[in-house]
Amino acid sequence: MIAEAGLAALWLAAAFALVQLVLAWGAARAGTSARSEHDERQSFSSEEEKNGASTSSARTTSGGAAPMTALRRIALVQGLLALLSFVLLIALFVRSDMSVVLVAENSHSLKPMIYKVAGAWGNHEGSMLLWVTVLAAAGAGVAMFERRLAVGTLAATLGAQAAIGLGFYAFLAFASNPFVRLDPAAPDGRGLNPLLQDPGLAFHPPTLYLGYVGLSVAFSFAVGALLMRDVGPAFAKAMRPWVLAAWIFLTIGITAGSYWAYYELGWGGWWFWDPVENASLMPWLAATALLHSVTVLATRDGLRAWTLMLALVAFAMSMIGTFLVRSGILVSVHAFAVDPTRGTFILALLGIYIGGALALFGARVGTITQGSTFQLVSREGALVLNNLLLSVILGVVFIGTLYPLAAQAAGVQLSIGAPFFNKALVPVALALAVATAAGPLLRWRRDNMNALAKRALVPAAAAGGAFAVIFALVGGAHFVSVLAIALAVGLGVASVVPVVRRNLRRTPLHVWGMVIAHLGVAVSIAGMAADSAFKTERLAAISVGQNVTVGPFRVTLADVHPAIGPNWSALEARLQVRRGDGEMFELFPQQRFFSTPPTNTNEAAITTLLDGQLYTVLGQGDAQGRWQIRLWWKPFVTLIWLGGGLIALGGLLALIGRVRRERRADAEAEE
Amino acid sequence: MKPKHQRLVLGLLALGAVAGAAGLALSALQDQAAFFYAPGDVAGKPLPLGKAVRLGGMVEAGSLVHKPDGISMAFVVTDGKAKVPVAFRGVAPDLFKEGSGVVAEGKFNRDGSFTADNLLAKHDERYMPPQVAGKMHKTETLDK
Repeated sequence: MIAEAGLAALWLAAAFALVQLVLAWGAARAGTSARSEHDERQSFSSEEEKNGASTSSARTTSGGAAPMTALRRIALVQGLLALLSFVLLIALFVRSDMSVVLVAENSHSLKPMIYKVAGAWGNHEGSMLLWVTVLAAAGAGVAMFERRLAVGTLAATLGAQAAIGLGFYAFLAFASNPFVRLDPAAPDGRGLNPLLQDPGLAFHPPTLYLGYVGLSVAFSFAVGALLMRDVGPAFAKAMRPWVLAAWIFLTIGITAGSYWAYYELGWGGWWFWDPVENASLMPWLAATALLHSVTVLATRDGLRAWTLMLALVAFAMSMIGTFLVRSGILVSVHAFAVDPTRGTFILALLGIYIGGALALFGARVGTITQGSTFQLVSREGALVLNNLLLSVILGVVFIGTLYPLAAQAAGVQLSIGAPFFNKALVPVALALAVATAAGPLLRWRRDNMNALAKRALVPAAAAGGAFAVIFALVGGAHFVSVLAIALAVGLGVASVVPVVRRNLRRTPLHVWGMVIAHLGVAVSIAGMAADSAFKTERLAAISVGQNVTVGPFRVTLADVHPAIGPNWSALEARLQVRRGDGEMFELFPQQRFFSTPPTNTNEAAITTLLDGQLYTVLGQGDAQGRWQIRLWWKPFVTLIWLGGGLIALGGLLALIGRVRRERRADAEAEE
Repeated sequence: MKPKHQRLVLGLLALGAVAGAAGLALSALQDQAAFFYAPGDVAGKPLPLGKAVRLGGMVEAGSLVHKPDGISMAFVVTDGKAKVPVAFRGVAPDLFKEGSGVVAEGKFNRDGSFTADNLLAKHDERYMPPQVAGKMHKTETLDK
């Protein structure tokens, strides 16, 4: 019964989405006529915004006519129904109901509970259901909490969100139904891919999807704004928290995914330029650009058309990513099963939504009037530079990801990996680091180069000093990495300048957010550069009792013994490690054997020290009783993910700061 | 600057960024795209020397030799039309074995042999790399 109820909930949610779309159509039309006396001036000029015009639009919204109230409720119910459907799918996995195809193919009764729950989204159908659930929940969130947007625009936004939902409900129901029964029921399941049997599965896909699909809100906002010709600071202020929230989750999801791949795959790398990784990076790049341009729109009423374009591109990238991962044209641990009809289906959805949105943009862009202008040397100018550089990076990643597919269609097989991306992107990324350092040092509207040079003196000196010291220590062998570390030091110093000599307690939270996020970028770059320049690798076959050295460590193979887990058995090496004359510690890398499905995996053993990580992998044994041991000493590699965490934390602080500030402004306006 | 001009400048900058991205990507593609070869593709033709490429095919039965250092190995990759000897130093994937599909990443040597720095093995039927799947399919039909 649970499976049938789940499918019913899904169909009901789709029905509500349809009603939502129709109602939104009506409410948006009503909104247009209600707005006509309100006049376009309000949303299209910046100066009046500051005089509280935005709060008047907020009040019209919260007043809400009857159709608006109904629309909000319907969006909420749609979200709840999708969530119910998803919860029911999890229930099927928890109960190991082998009369459901999806459970029988991807689960096993002896799996630990956490992997039964997480296994619900460790497969194609379940992950698409999670995708749609997040989409519907995001729409419900907008319906419940969005009070600033003009009524008509909000209605159009919810309509756009429902329109996206309908397509993906159809995809689930017709091409990826997770609730199909299996008759007769299987005696037990085929199990979950062991690479996915890791706590990472419980966190990485949900956070990534919250970010990925959360960007649908930005897309719908942009569609709503284009339909209602409502582009201005009030619109930007309303959109910003949603973009921020999605971007925070995306940042966490990518960072967590990178660390997961790092320790689970046993290759010692933290980013593989795998098309699936790129699929998550592209929306992040677009969302990062959007986050900065929406600030220009909210603060200075500039970059109107550009911001809308980015909002459309960001979610378009999410959908392209979904297509890449879920269509089966890529094969990786992320692409669960190959089924060409699904690819065609998603491709059709992509064409409809992206094509439709771009057509709308093209039709309406002429009616978006020019916002305020600014000098090139100004905060806005720096943000434009940031946007351009991020767009270049996005373009390169896009070409690098899709080119092999295009070539394959033309009959040529090729692959594009790290050498391509490193060559094309490192210079742009370093330029972006410099722009990131300079941006916050500039004033809005206009500034001059001399003043910037003065403010940039200390960071520049720090970068120069760092370069000189490191270059003296290691020489010219890793020039680019040394340069990157020096720039990271400069960026780190520059990013705290905005709070130096300020009253720290009165510094707004969103400024702290910017400071910490930029600091995180510096920390992350330093980690990447340090890892690429200073890591040492050692591969050896040794017998028990012998030792090898890697970096400053001496590693002795003490013994190799069997080990057993809930659904696997393993060979486990005991490695005794000593750094110089320091205290000895032990590491236990494993080779695991899973029986359902029969697979071997390597479990790396990693120790985290203050200045880096020692990464150990146990390879195969040979006839002479030797074991392959693979070791990496990776100085400061942990900074990569620490930086990612700081970036997300900065985003969170900015989000809290923005929301609280607007609440306060609204409260003051009420008085 | 007049508003209209600013918009024009921003638009041109955006176009410049797109062109820059395309330029960067194309120049990197020229020398960094790793083309895929089967042994039959290079037999009797000039070798793509000095470039990172992928070589795919079947590990010939009886050709796998482990070297005394315990971490190096040599084997022959075949596609039914031609053979290429491959040298590899490192940890082979668990599913790497004779008679199975393999994709070797590395470079051709002047003598026609191949030095691999990474091996991708045919995983279980659900996670087969498409290169292996495509090429092996061809090989099988050729054998028959």
